[in-house]
Amino acid sequence: MTETFYDVLRRQGITRRSFLKFCSLTATSLGLGSAAAPRIAHALETKPRTPVLWLHGLECTCCSESFIRSAHPLTKDVVLSMLSLDYDDTLMAAAGHQAEAIIEEVKKKYKGQYIVAVEGNPPLNEDGMFCIQGGRPFIDKLKETCADAKAIISWGSCASYGCVQAAKPNPTRATPVHKVISGKPIINVPGCPPIAEVMTGVVTYMLTFDRVPELDRQGRPKMFYGQRIHDKCYRRGHFDAGQFAEAWDDEGARKGYCLYKMGCKGPTTYNACSSMRWNGGVSWPVQSGHGCIGCSEDGFWDKGSFYDRVTDIKQFGVESNADKVGGTVAAVTGAAIAAHAAVTALARARSKNETNGE
Amino acid sequence: MLSQQDMLEAERHGRQVRSIYVYEAPVRLWHWINAAAMVVLAVTGYFIGLPPPSVPGEAVDNFLLGYIRFAHFAAGYVFAIGLLARVYWACVGNHHARQIFMLPVTNRAWWSEVLFELRWYLFLEKHPKKYVGHNPMAQLMMFFFFTLLAFGMVITGFALYSEGAGQGSWSDTLFGWVLPLLGGSMQTHSWHRLGMWIMMSFVLVHVYAAIREDIMSRQSLISTMVSGWRMFKD
Ligand code: HEM
Ligand code: HEM
Ligand code: SF4
Ligand code: SF4
Repeated sequence: MTETFYDVLRRQGITRRSFLKFCSLTATSLGLGSAAAPRIAHALETKPRTPVLWLHGLECTCCSESFIRSAHPLTKDVVLSMLSLDYDDTLMAAAGHQAEAIIEEVKKKYKGQYIVAVEGNPPLNEDGMFCIQGGRPFIDKLKETCADAKAIISWGSCASYGCVQAAKPNPTRATPVHKVISGKPIINVPGCPPIAEVMTGVVTYMLTFDRVPELDRQGRPKMFYGQRIHDKCYRRGHFDAGQFAEAWDDEGARKGYCLYKMGCKGPTTYNACSSMRWNGGVSWPVQSGHGCIGCSEDGFWDKGSFYDRVTDIKQFGVESNADKVGGTVAAVTGAAIAAHAAVTALARARSKNETNGE
Repeated sequence: MLSQQDMLEAERHGRQVRSIYVYEAPVRLWHWINAAAMVVLAVTGYFIGLPPPSVPGEAVDNFLLGYIRFAHFAAGYVFAIGLLARVYWACVGNHHARQIFMLPVTNRAWWSEVLFELRWYLFLEKHPKKYVGHNPMAQLMMFFFFTLLAFGMVITGFALYSEGAGQGSWSDTLFGWVLPLLGGSMQTHSWHRLGMWIMMSFVLVHVYAAIREDIMSRQSLISTMVSGWRMFKD
């Protein structure tokens, strides 16, 4: 008989009371309301457990670090016991051949049923030699593991967009997961790292409802990435009022004014930081006095300074922004007009003289 | 085709009558509304990227950037709806109404007129020609630096607008795809801003040329955009 999630949790020593608490917590964090809690409980009690294989490519492990610091110990325990039973080379007890054998086993036993969660990304240059696992390139392992998966979760900006290892000039040709895997639903959960509750929320949603959450154009779950930091920022009132910090230690900064002029990327970044916050709701970057650096946006390392609002456009070289390029065009145009007008006036005066002279 | 026909018309009319009706009322009305909207858009847009110094007092008592953005979006709607109305008029208006939307690129005579105008602006021709509608050089400039760019500004503008309007809004449905295409929200902002500078450069040249031609050429210019009638001076 296949185990249900509930069986596994009970085996891990989690009480029924804790289990029900977890269900209502999850329902709330997914924005589903308390009515959904019994539905989640029922699903977990009756559904056979879906295995999750967690792969690591080129990465710094910040996603795992974030994940295991999930706010509610309950959520962490529950979700971790759902996951770690299978494969996660950072967290699991098994090692070596024993560990690699798990992937094979899950692939066979749960063909088309399991979920692959990818942290980091595969480098493609030099036949993938920049990331070797179990004696072969990560890209091969990734492709094989994903071949029979039901769905794939791309953890963090690395797996979703490439992040720092893909920043120019990207020497290893680190490539986001959705560019090398096709034909499977891929959920992008960008952020460097993503918020823990966002990660557990996505996993729980998929495990309990057996489907992929609603995604936006860039494959991100709408419930967490539907709005910009700026749309929910508590300093937004100061933005609309026109009150900005102009230096890190000025009066405005002390008064908690908007960090727009200090280069805050909140207006151009989709993430849940301003509503869910970090570390169990303790704080988040803007609350700590530093602007958002746009860590959950595609290619955020290559978008110019973190501290400029009107920032560089790479197509025009390293140090050129719209105002420098455009301002130069306008100034040159103005100068050309002035020169042209002067020549016109001269030419006209001369031709008048000629006519008068006749 | 147009310009050749234009010149013939101009010469014919120039001999018989001193004026001819060129720009119909909707075109003239649109021109000035559009110009006003663009001035508002450029000024407010500039301050959206680089806001003025902080206002004193409590946040609840102020709404400076809020008003600046509101003015931008309101003028943006005027600009966009005006452009659509202008496209409609290009379909039903007289043939001069179509000039800024279509270039007679296959017409060799038209190109030689462009060259002539270029020489005129480079002081290589002594005597200007007469045109009923836009001169070919102006038409070329307007097509690339106004018409195409205007659509670009509307598309990127409403893509940015959709970020505030939210997912599922009409602007998101119609223009939301632009953001990932241009490499994200920040990039879209940068291109939109660069577009502002290019538009403003066009306006500088355009207004200069309008005033200069009004003085130097053999026909009326600015009053034509007001009354619709082209007057020939000789
Ligand atoms: C001639 C036409 C236009 C010009 C010159 C113009 C100019 C600008 C400029 C310079 C910016 C600031 C960009 C930055 O630094 O981030 C801006 C932002 C923006 N524009 Fe325009 N714009 C034009 C048309 C439009 C239209 C038609 C719309 C549609 C409603 C629009 C909507 C916006 C939005 C939503 C923003 C971003 C506001 C924000 O981030 O708070 N623009 N525009
Ligand atoms: C933001 C400012 C402006 C913009 C974007 C603009 C744009 C345009 C466009 C697109 C046309 C072509 C009209 C058509 O065929 O439908 C045009 C024509 C014209 N504009 Fe402007 N304009 C601006 C300001 C001005 C100003 C300030 C003047 C007066 C000094 C002016 C004088 C004219 C004249 C005389 C024509 C007709 C040119 C001809 O007959 O060939 N414009 N303008
Ligand atoms: S601090 Fe950043 S996110 Fe907050 S209102 Fe200002 S610009 Fe927007
Ligand atoms: S505030 Fe911005 S930079 Fe900071 S974690 Fe959130 S999305 Fe990333």
